[in-house]
Amino acid sequence: MDFGAEVAFWIFAVVAVLAALAVVMVRNLFRAALFLVLSFFAVAGIYGSLSADFLAVAQVLVYMGAISVLIIFGVMLTKNVQRGNPFNRAWPWALVVCATLMGLLIFVFQDTSWTTVDASQAGPVISEGEATTSAIAEAIFDKDSGFLLPLEIAAAMILAAVVGAIALVRDE
Amino acid sequence: MEVGLTHYLILSGILFSIGLFGALSKHNVIGILMCIEIMLNAANIAVVAFSRFLAEDAVLLTGHVFALFVIMVAAAEAAVGLAIVITLYRDRATVDAGKVDLMKG
Repeated sequence: MDFGAEVAFWIFAVVAVLAALAVVMVRNLFRAALFLVLSFFAVAGIYGSLSADFLAVAQVLVYMGAISVLIIFGVMLTKNVQRGNPFNRAWPWALVVCATLMGLLIFVFQDTSWTTVDASQAGPVISEGEATTSAIAEAIFDKDSGFLLPLEIAAAMILAAVVGAIALVRDE
Repeated sequence: MEVGLTHYLILSGILFSIGLFGALSKHNVIGILMCIEIMLNAANIAVVAFSRFLAEDAVLLTGHVFALFVIMVAAAEAAVGLAIVITLYRDRATVDAGKVDLMKG
């Protein structure tokens, strides 16, 4: 990786972790939602440092644009019952479990020597630094090895989710 | 030290653990949903990092496609989840996950 991408990685990684911690720690739920937006933005920057430009844009559009608005609407609509965002009684156990999991994951990630694969045998591939948008479209819509059926299923699933959400919240 | 696959995977593991901790230790259902979004993001970082680093000097696009599908599912999950939360609030005037015990034996 070149130097700029490394600097971007360190900045966005620190921002993402701190913002995620703030989401968990801050008592005001609305502020937690705003920190969540910051965390989404940092993850978009991480995608950028991985030269995944289309995913970075999709992250900004879908997460920061749509999901955060949904979450802030949810916070607003249930506002007058919430007394902040407190921890429940089991939080020390949750902390122990999650700290153990984090240590275990970090140990495994450092200890494993990840093998590299041959790029010619690994499905649709582009060389480093190329724009990914049209290549992703070709990878999805390829007639033989594409993802056409999952894409159609995802479209049906989103339609079902939209109709279901409307059916759940509308007045009788 | 050069930034490589391990750095991205460790970042992903840290974010996932933070999200899991929040999802396990919160009262508020919307807070739990937020932490689940953090966990989905962490998994996505791992997938995209593998697609970037597993082959020398090349980007494997299957990982990007998978991450896109995860983003789609996360959007649908947020919509339905928040609809359920709002219905719950309307019916029972609470967003506390501990107080929703209608199906408790």
